Amino acid sequence: MDNYGMTIGLGILMGTLARAYMLRSDYRQYPGYPHGFVTHMSLGFVAAALGSVALPSIAEKEFTAVTFLALAAQQFREVRNMERESLAALEEAELVPRGLDYIEGIARVFEARNYLVIVTALATSSANYFTRWPLFSLAVGFLVIAGTSRLMRGKVIGNIAVVKRGDLQFVGPLLKVNEIEMMNVGMPKMREKILRDGLGVVIHPKDDNARATLSNMGQRQAIAHVATAILGTKKDIDTPEFTPMVRKNVDIGSIALFCVPAEKDIKSLVAAVERAPVLESASRAPLKTKAGRIAAD
Amino acid sequence: MKKDDLLAVVTLNKEAVGGDIPIFFASTQEEQAAVAATLSQVLKAMVHDIGNGVYIIVRH
Repeated sequence: MDNYGMTIGLGILMGTLARAYMLRSDYRQYPGYPHGFVTHMSLGFVAAALGSVALPSIAEKEFTAVTFLALAAQQFREVRNMERESLAALEEAELVPRGLDYIEGIARVFEARNYLVIVTALATSSANYFTRWPLFSLAVGFLVIAGTSRLMRGKVIGNIAVVKRGDLQFVGPLLKVNEIEMMNVGMPKMREKILRDGLGVVIHPKDDNARATLSNMGQRQAIAHVATAILGTKKDIDTPEFTPMVRKNVDIGSIALFCVPAEKDIKSLVAAVERAPVLESASRAPLKTKAGRIAAD
Repeated sequence: MKKDDLLAVVTLNKEAVGGDIPIFFASTQEEQAAVAATLSQVLKAMVHDIGNGVYIIVRH
């Protein structure tokens, strides 16, 4: 048994490190509560332990041990439900909600990270099992961490679209960002305030795939949420006029965001929108189909 | 999509409105704006200008 000590130990170490590293890149997904940190680190530890014992248990001909992996999958699906439920419950208190699509995306990421931990632990322990060379297996672990974090990075709006400043104007009571109609604002005082403090950006999709993705309401809500999370908002419960809005130009498919941020800084807003994540659930690719390519020209 | 509710109407033009929703009559534009502002704050709803001297209060 003791010749597995190093194998399993290294696997657990690298798996847990992987989870810690992924927590670090968490800031936009989730506020880093100390207790959330503890929860996810412990689950990461469990996942790492599972991943690192998989190979030794096969080597010992304990094939049933592998069924524990199935149990683990069940357990981590539970993590996804937990994240989804807690974020959905907190939505009520958000002035600018994340939207269900964004929550689903975050929950999925939390589940997937545990699988990545298992993969890392498995790769590290396998490397050590076959080579008996701890330093090499550590290197394998780091490589897997680097590789997965690169693969899992996901796209941001800046990759699929060009974000430019837009100008706010009123046509009668109708608020527009460039030529895109946003909403009807009745109160003259609010109109003045919006013109004074509001900001607008226009998001031009780079291709038809991006256009289809940006049309998704969940994606648009996520953009509004990210912009608000970074620049703040002057909206309060009794001033719905300041609600950030994302509307599209129906003819060309570009998207306009209007918001009344606490910090009026157009550069910061453009940067925030460019870094907003493209949601997995909103991502569309009509150009991958033949019919889509025919329509594209 | 959530349902949007039309909660009240504030009008300068008595002929333009009717029905079973709360209707507030105002005699000047300033009065109309003040009434609409109060209602929107109390009801946590938004004021829209329909254009014919009528403001509607809608919760989105």
